[in-house]
Amino acid sequence: MRVEERFAQGDLGAFEELFRAYQPDVYRWVARIVRDHGIAEDLTVEAFLRMYRAHARFDPDGNFGGWARRIATNLALDHLRKSRREAPLTIDPEDSRADTRPGSDAAERREIRDAVARAMSELPPKLRVVATLALVEEVPYREIGEALGISEGAARVRGFRASRFLREKLKALGAAL
Amino acid sequence: MSERDDRDLQEFLKRGLEPMESEPRRDLWPRVLQKMDERTGRVPWLDWALLGTLALWLLLNPRAIPMLLYHL
Repeated sequence: MRVEERFAQGDLGAFEELFRAYQPDVYRWVARIVRDHGIAEDLTVEAFLRMYRAHARFDPDGNFGGWARRIATNLALDHLRKSRREAPLTIDPEDSRADTRPGSDAAERREIRDAVARAMSELPPKLRVVATLALVEEVPYREIGEALGISEGAARVRGFRASRFLREKLKALGAAL
Repeated sequence: MSERDDRDLQEFLKRGLEPMESEPRRDLWPRVLQKMDERTGRVPWLDWALLGTLALWLLLNPRAIPMLLYHL
């Protein structure tokens, strides 16, 4: 019996096999969205727990990787919604020790990071996911659409709206675009 | 908006975001197992609510206890 079939019947050994095979992909995907290692690990664990609880609904002839990504994407999206007004994105601790005199490289880098973090945090979560994956990580829109359960065209529209929003927001923040 | 504008925006965003590690820093399987154990032993709040409602109903209607036991 194939591992997917055993998993669909609730076999814990099969679940571990699938976990070992897909954990890197799920973690990488979530980390690209939430931009925080610790949160990405927590969400990866939670995503696999949900997969195990939903094993009876998994079609063993289906694509486990795609199913896993959809569950993980929904969790990452929920996380972005909850944390929207909290401190966004990671700040490099080196920055706090670096030379922050106006005009220095470190100060410029910090200004860019602050501007991007602020603009991203004001972007609605469903656009933010697409912006991060498409614009920063250069993931194809087809893959983004599959993970979000929408068409490639709909993902492109979200990407376009996100670009427009970010460009306006960054210009308003004084970024040299 | 031109393709060049899009590329400029992409470059700017990449400069403003930290690159992410592609692997978790530790094996996450033990955490999955630990959480599964924790959740297996936990009684859902709805079950507690139903049990509480039943207990209250039996307290207010003690004569219903034999009838309930008969049907069990």
